[in-house]
Amino acid sequence: MKTMKYPTEENYYDEVLTIVNDKNKKTMPSSNSNAPHISVRNLNVYIQRNHILKNINLDIPNKSITCIIGPSGCGKTTLLKTFNRLLERSNEIKITGEVLVDGENIHDPHIDITHIRKKMGLLSQRPCPLPMSIYDNIAYGPKIHGTRNRKQLDAIVEKYLNAAGLWDEVKDRLHAPANRLSIGQQQRLCLARGLAVEPEVILGDEATSALDPISSKKIEELFVQLKEEYSIALVTHTLRQAQRIADYIVFMYLGEVVEAGPAAEVFNNPKEKLTREYLSGYFS
Amino acid sequence: MRRAEELFFKTLMILATIVILGSLMMILFAVVKRGLPAMNWDMITKIPSGGFYIGKEGGLLNAIAGSLFIVIGSTFLGLLISIPIVIYINIYLPPKSFLADLTRLSSDVLFGIPSIVYGAFGFTLMVYFGLKTSLLGGIIAVALLITPILIRSMDEVARIIPKDLKDAALSLGATRFEIIKVILKQISPGITTAILLSVGRAIGDAASVLFTAGYTDNIPTSLSEPAATLPLAIFFQLSSPIPEVQDRAYAAALILTFIVLVLSLAARYYSRKFSKNKI
Amino acid sequence: MNKLNHTKYRILKDILARNVMLGLTIFSLLLAVIIGIGLYIKSAPILHDHSLWSLISSSSWRPFKGEFGFLPFIMGTLWVTLIAIVIALPLCLLSGIYLSEYAHPFVKRIVDPMIDILAGIPPVVYGVWGALVVVPFIGDVVAPHFVEYSSGYSVLSGGIVLAIMIIPLIISILTEIFAAIPKELRDASLSVGATKWQTIKFVIIRKSTPGIIAAVVLAISRAFGETIAVLMVCGNISQVPHSVFDSGYPLPALIANNYGEMMSLPLYDSALMLAALILFVIILIFNTISRIVLVRIERRFAL
Repeated sequence: MKTMKYPTEENYYDEVLTIVNDKNKKTMPSSNSNAPHISVRNLNVYIQRNHILKNINLDIPNKSITCIIGPSGCGKTTLLKTFNRLLERSNEIKITGEVLVDGENIHDPHIDITHIRKKMGLLSQRPCPLPMSIYDNIAYGPKIHGTRNRKQLDAIVEKYLNAAGLWDEVKDRLHAPANRLSIGQQQRLCLARGLAVEPEVILGDEATSALDPISSKKIEELFVQLKEEYSIALVTHTLRQAQRIADYIVFMYLGEVVEAGPAAEVFNNPKEKLTREYLSGYFS
Repeated sequence: MRRAEELFFKTLMILATIVILGSLMMILFAVVKRGLPAMNWDMITKIPSGGFYIGKEGGLLNAIAGSLFIVIGSTFLGLLISIPIVIYINIYLPPKSFLADLTRLSSDVLFGIPSIVYGAFGFTLMVYFGLKTSLLGGIIAVALLITPILIRSMDEVARIIPKDLKDAALSLGATRFEIIKVILKQISPGITTAILLSVGRAIGDAASVLFTAGYTDNIPTSLSEPAATLPLAIFFQLSSPIPEVQDRAYAAALILTFIVLVLSLAARYYSRKFSKNKI
Repeated sequence: MNKLNHTKYRILKDILARNVMLGLTIFSLLLAVIIGIGLYIKSAPILHDHSLWSLISSSSWRPFKGEFGFLPFIMGTLWVTLIAIVIALPLCLLSGIYLSEYAHPFVKRIVDPMIDILAGIPPVVYGVWGALVVVPFIGDVVAPHFVEYSSGYSVLSGGIVLAIMIIPLIISILTEIFAAIPKELRDASLSVGATKWQTIKFVIIRKSTPGIIAAVVLAISRAFGETIAVLMVCGNISQVPHSVFDSGYPLPALIANNYGEMMSLPLYDSALMLAALILFVIILIFNTISRIVLVRIERRFAL
């Protein structure tokens, strides 16, 4: 089995091709499967001088679902956005501390930011299809990273639409504009689009909150399937969702991590009073 | 490779921005370079003597006064028309009213109608009513020209008046007519911006006053007399072969540019806090 | 009893005010129609004598003989407009993207007011600049490389001056359109590892294409109607221009230049009012379509 920590662009796509050709093969290049995939060390984030994230220390374990929960305004989304460095596009952001992905600090000034973002598929709150066809939405990422071969692209599109459970629904209208899909389909399309660049981590920012119950159930099921191959970090403020799918829970309050640990432990036997109160619905 | 492409286009973008700003600098430089030597006290205190094409003596007071009268008159008339319209579409009509949207669309469209058309239309009106080129004709044509600007820039501020404010006033038992005062106070910064913008447009426009206000060497003393304006002073006097007369054109260009510069900076200063300005 | 009367009086006042305001609003809606009718009435005599098609397809302009061919003026207008758009659009796209996507807020704070000033400069001042700087530059520096003789008073000079005049309009619309694009869309593209430029090229430009087209149409109609500035630099010879260094005579310039004599010849005023009507109708249509497109964009993006 080929395991590579940082594939270069050239052989990266050879690998995609072998993956496409051989579905039984273990798909993701990734590090030692027991080490945490993302480690956050002493992370502080200030937005316009407001201290938003306070001294966060946290591990996102490999190949499992980590749900970040907490009342709104606690910094969940900000934390998620520091993982793929989408946060710093806004003004007056100051970040200290480290976010290590596969042991590599993503805030290292020498690092290629697109390389970081490619490793992380983001699924936002509201589905956001790019203004192009269904096919092009999926092919967008691979094309950006240099895949031009039509057959390769066809294979990638089919593979990831399948992975998102959307292939059967759209295979006859791949070249229709993506915004004609229903909102639930759009969200699965966005998931497929994220997967198509072969990320290692999937970040979900309340990814089901804009969807109807049936669509969000589909997305949840997809997450559970996908954790075989990816590390998944989800921000959610529906506790039930976290209870259904989380392997690990991170509870945040007012910019701090109050408690983190395996889901069963946190839900059944929370150590902190604050966690207990939140879980029992004292505040939300 | 993709870095190189990005760098290439980013360089082009900066160059394009520099070209645009450079043109502004060139325009200002050209106007100041020719206008400043021509400026003197007589320019703004005397009227031309012996005809504007050939008269070597005198200044621009006729055009300054004429422009001032037209701007004041047309702004007054424009406000008289536009304030009730803005009030009506924002207070009397329900939110998301078709009529309100139609009015906004129509003033956007009217804003794009060139001033020469307003001038020609004003002229046909004057022929119909048997008027000659006069201050009044100029005021009417320019008022038509600036009313859409007034409506749109006041409307932008009026639209964001919180509904609560209206409700609060209405729940005290006031009629809608009686809360107008409150609303006007609320949108006063918008009114200021609107006036500054439309004065800038009104004072600089030549094509609308060409047919309607005419041109004269004297300061008009009644609404039925023709009036000179700064833009036309530039336009006509520039074509004169006599250097002293051309100088008057350059001096007028300098005065006009200075006024417009102050107006647009002031409008920006007032509007910055409230909205993006569309003009 | 007295109190009741007072309330009645207040309500009456409210209703009266309402009706006055409604009247004014309807007047503003009808203004375009009134302008159209007014111009049509004045241009009816010439339309009675000649067919519209013969007027706009003939290039013979001899008012004293009763020949009114608009072709040279229409071509003059098209030439300067085309040149202006060809120059202005790339500059505006590049600069607009720079200002809304790349520029540091500090840069924007300096550039934005300068664009405002550019927008505020009166046409006649643009004309002064054109006559002082652009015309000699074209006549003495550029034209000799291409043609034997050009006075500099040419459609190219007109196009350049006009290009600078419409730049602020296009840039302000473009930056508004770019600002209206949801942040999530950029995030979506960036998060698959696209660079900023790729995001602009493949997503932002594509998403804003209808808006860009609307901005161009608005700019075209502004260019069509611009009078004084082009009048001062185009040369005003009634011929169909054959190269960019030829003089041209755009429609609005024709109207403005001849208002003095137009009462002296039969049908002359009618011909000029027809020119104004043609301008008015074209610009009205262009403006209406592009404004509707822009309003739709604003609504659709404002989620």
